[in-house]
Amino acid sequence: MKEPKQLSVSAIENGTVIDHIPASGLFKVIQILGLDKINNQITFGTNLESKKLGRKAIIKLAGIFFEDDDINRIALVAPDAKLNIIRGYEVVEKSVVRVPDEIIGIARCVNPKCITNFESVTTRFKVVSKKNVALKCHYCEKITDQEHMVIL
Amino acid sequence: MNKKSLVSIDDLSTDEMVSILDLAEEFEKQPSQTLLEGKVIATLFFEPSTRTRLSFESAISRLGGKIVGFTDASSSSVTKGETLNDTIRTVTNYCDMIVMRHPIEGSARLASEIADVPVINAGDGANQHPTQTMLDLYSIRKTQGSLDKLNLFLVGDLKYGRTVHSLLMAMSRWNTTFNFISPEELRIPVEYKLYLDKLGLRYYEHSDFTEIIKEADIIYMTRVQKERFSDPMEYEKVKNVYVLRNHMLRETKENMKILHPLPRVNEIHTDVDMNEKSYYFQQALNGVYTRQAIITRLLNLK
Repeated sequence: MKEPKQLSVSAIENGTVIDHIPASGLFKVIQILGLDKINNQITFGTNLESKKLGRKAIIKLAGIFFEDDDINRIALVAPDAKLNIIRGYEVVEKSVVRVPDEIIGIARCVNPKCITNFESVTTRFKVVSKKNVALKCHYCEKITDQEHMVIL
Repeated sequence: MNKKSLVSIDDLSTDEMVSILDLAEEFEKQPSQTLLEGKVIATLFFEPSTRTRLSFESAISRLGGKIVGFTDASSSSVTKGETLNDTIRTVTNYCDMIVMRHPIEGSARLASEIADVPVINAGDGANQHPTQTMLDLYSIRKTQGSLDKLNLFLVGDLKYGRTVHSLLMAMSRWNTTFNFISPEELRIPVEYKLYLDKLGLRYYEHSDFTEIIKEADIIYMTRVQKERFSDPMEYEKVKNVYVLRNHMLRETKENMKILHPLPRVNEIHTDVDMNEKSYYFQQALNGVYTRQAIITRLLNLK
């Protein structure tokens, strides 16, 4: 008899697990962190059931550890994300993402008359509110609120 | 980087503002000097603004500086599709300072980051026009003797008016009382009211100013433009409410002055022009001294 084919998602020895990503934000997270451009072993699952988020996604990254500044860049698309840092198959540290004070190159400015929507300029915002995220454009000084936020 | 640009009125600390106003006073006493001799200043006007351009060019010329530049985008390489980035990178090689007017918001900040020389924002779309604000402050201080504890009436289009928003932000540093007089559709945006709340400053909103006009120290008039109204009927209803006439000034304070960023259309009747409380043309002249002060300060000449 043939063994049923099974794909095992093994536990990682060293690395990071990013949990509680909204399913709709998974590919944005991959893009923001540049995970599509690295050679490490990465496993992700999406549309997993979650009491909190409805459908969530999870990413397991072997051999990758983030600096706070890097991981906080995903706060706009995955504000509830939780990180498990794994060393020797054990969770050695847990952390949550925090909305940073400045957002560079992730969101689009909502103002159609802003220079960043005309020339190839990296967008830059000061975070003026963290709870209901509101961003003030470094260039045109207009506010982009969460409702109108478009991730590049 | 040790160069300093003026892009937004918020770039200036209160001390820096006062110091520039003091310097402008010196230029008022002696407007023709040779401080800019040997200097080349580029005036890049990506959209026409004759008034602002002439004021800058007069300020530069009276100080012996030379001017290069263009007066609207059609006479520049922009029509060939050159990016702002490339224009600024090129022009920065030719001059000691760039004065720029551009229809797109945030363009001046970008230019200031690209250029090797100081950039003065002469208006970037609906965003900022800091030299206008500085000349408004100069005019207010000159006519009132101080910027402290004044009752400032802002009249007309308070929703879209760039000059009004910048003046509000600047005057909020001096314990000002604000009276906002505008049609319903053009009221001051809520973010400015929240800002004043946070500072604990007093402000009042009205739709008509005939009753309260006698309390004003400064009346700052702006144009109510027909195209700002979604309903043309609304415009017809309110268009005469925000026109200042000479007879309305009878009971106003002795020290009261009327300002207007110009160009005026009909919001100040010409019968006000002869009243000694009208100040808008002197205000325009003050723009030359204020710009002389800003230019020489940014170039570390004063």
